[in-house]
Amino acid sequence: MNQPQNTADIHKVIVEQQAAQDRKKLILNGVLLLFLLAAPFVFYPVFLMKILCFALFAVAFNLLFGFTGLLSFGHAAFLASGGYTTGYLLSNFSGLPTELGILAGTLAATILGLGFALLSIRRQGIYFAMVTLALAQLVFFFFVQSEFTGGEDGMHGIPRGQLFGLINLEDNMNMYYFVLAVFIACYVLVQRIVSSPYGQVLKAIKQNEPRAVSLGYNVDRYKVLAFVISAALAGVAGSMKSVVFQLASLNDAHWHMSGEVILMTLVGGMGTLLGPVVGATFVVNIEYHLSQGPLRDWVDPILGGVFVITVLAFRSGIVGEIQKFVRKNMG
Amino acid sequence: MSMIFGVPLAVLFGQLLIGIINGAFYALLSLGLAVIFGLLKIINFAHGAMYMLGAMVTVLMFDALGVNYWVALFLAPLLVGTFGVLIEYFLLRRIAGQDHIYSLLLTFGVALIIQGVLINWFGVSGLRYTMPDMFKGGVNLGFMFMPYYRAWVIVAALLVCFGTWFVIEKTKLGSYLRAGTEDSELMQGFGINVPLLISLTYGFGVALAAFAGVLAAPIYSVTPVMGSSTLIVVFAVVVIGGMGSIGGAIITGILMGVIEGLTKTFYPPASSAVIFLVMVLVLMFRPSGLFGKEA
Repeated sequence: MNQPQNTADIHKVIVEQQAAQDRKKLILNGVLLLFLLAAPFVFYPVFLMKILCFALFAVAFNLLFGFTGLLSFGHAAFLASGGYTTGYLLSNFSGLPTELGILAGTLAATILGLGFALLSIRRQGIYFAMVTLALAQLVFFFFVQSEFTGGEDGMHGIPRGQLFGLINLEDNMNMYYFVLAVFIACYVLVQRIVSSPYGQVLKAIKQNEPRAVSLGYNVDRYKVLAFVISAALAGVAGSMKSVVFQLASLNDAHWHMSGEVILMTLVGGMGTLLGPVVGATFVVNIEYHLSQGPLRDWVDPILGGVFVITVLAFRSGIVGEIQKFVRKNMG
Repeated sequence: MSMIFGVPLAVLFGQLLIGIINGAFYALLSLGLAVIFGLLKIINFAHGAMYMLGAMVTVLMFDALGVNYWVALFLAPLLVGTFGVLIEYFLLRRIAGQDHIYSLLLTFGVALIIQGVLINWFGVSGLRYTMPDMFKGGVNLGFMFMPYYRAWVIVAALLVCFGTWFVIEKTKLGSYLRAGTEDSELMQGFGINVPLLISLTYGFGVALAAFAGVLAAPIYSVTPVMGSSTLIVVFAVVVIGGMGSIGGAIITGILMGVIEGLTKTFYPPASSAVIFLVMVLVLMFRPSGLFGKEA
């Protein structure tokens, strides 16, 4: 490339580079989309749906953790409240269109998220993590003792029902494409949020909060909104998960789940769009394959080990490290 | 028998006693968290696992080698504390300059490993530890029956809490610790071995958790999962009290234990949630915590 001579040239070069990058991204996204569309013909659809649900959960979490810098240790509460609400409604009101059940689950998670956000926003840093963890434990106790959740047994046999009263979701292929459509919609939403002016402010808060305050931003309002959106999307993930597996259980509300979504985001690459998706795919696969083999009792310590190794050796995660590598060698 | 709000007085005092004992454990654990936080600026998510290790080590040493309670009371915190020093030296130190969130996540990973490995070895059903003979029985105080061991737990926990307060506030070593909390770079400049101090501090905080574990072994069921649920309650206690002062951590711990005990007496279904509800109230009306200065 020639050395640019003046500002107009520099501007042109930047625009060209931007366009080239956009093209690359477009191609990458196109390839991914084609893969996802074809995947259920090759892989088991239910397994793919599990990955998509957890990927959405991680994408939601990453909006808060990766882009805003807030470490919530209580995101299991939103996954579970979405799942339980949807499960309860679909089980008890037969004929209720599935999309309304999922919408109601999302709404429940959103409201809960607002409550969490307003309380936890009052403390910062590590206190924020502790407050969200404790609040999620409160929600866990509520679910354990509530009648409607089935307590320790959980909810079973949730009917998948019909989409828009037309499409039978008992069919795995129909269900898969519905889950995929919702996933893509949410993913694009997060993409738009992150690149919007609002998303830029979130990044500013993450990088230097006092600076953002001094620039006149009402930081708390931005944070609360990010938290609520994140909780809502986690609720979507939980609602869909309960429909896919026709099951909602305490596992989803346990602190362990909050830890898992952190791991997914961290392993994949926090603060990148694709990272949580890659991370979720990675963790779900590890869990699945380990549970099939001789190491099935060692899933937890191995996940803990992955945690430790990721934090020590590659904090940018899989996608982050690839980005770094690409920038260094092909920049 | 005299009653209060339909509850026999003896039952009420019994629950109050259990509350104070639970509170003593909360105090010991939140004290350890506060000590570690002071110098390392991290929340030790492995604290529950260390508490559990203290109890497990006590039981295992007794079963395998016949190590008695009094020896375990010193040996278990020493072993677990050493383990903590190793974790600090080989793991935490390598990411000391990074965002504190990473050290927090690292300790969470460590906790998952410890807990997972022990579940594989011993299952989740729990081990039994027989009470030392000298603690069997108790004394009738007139208004209630006081088991000897429970009295000992309260005394031991208070002694250790006071000892920790004394070391940190009144000794030279404590002054280093407090100085390190303020400005560790400057202290390094004065020729004090700060990395060593950090290792020892982490080890000491962890040893406090292990000490609580030894105290817990004869009265709680000793299982690999005993630490994680306790730790979350202790986090709530820390949020309520703030980590600003050692005295605050102790008072809040015991207070929360008592509130939990009272709830168990008058409205049992809420007893596991009440501390979290108190936390919500504190966040609403006094967000920096009862004793906290920090945000």
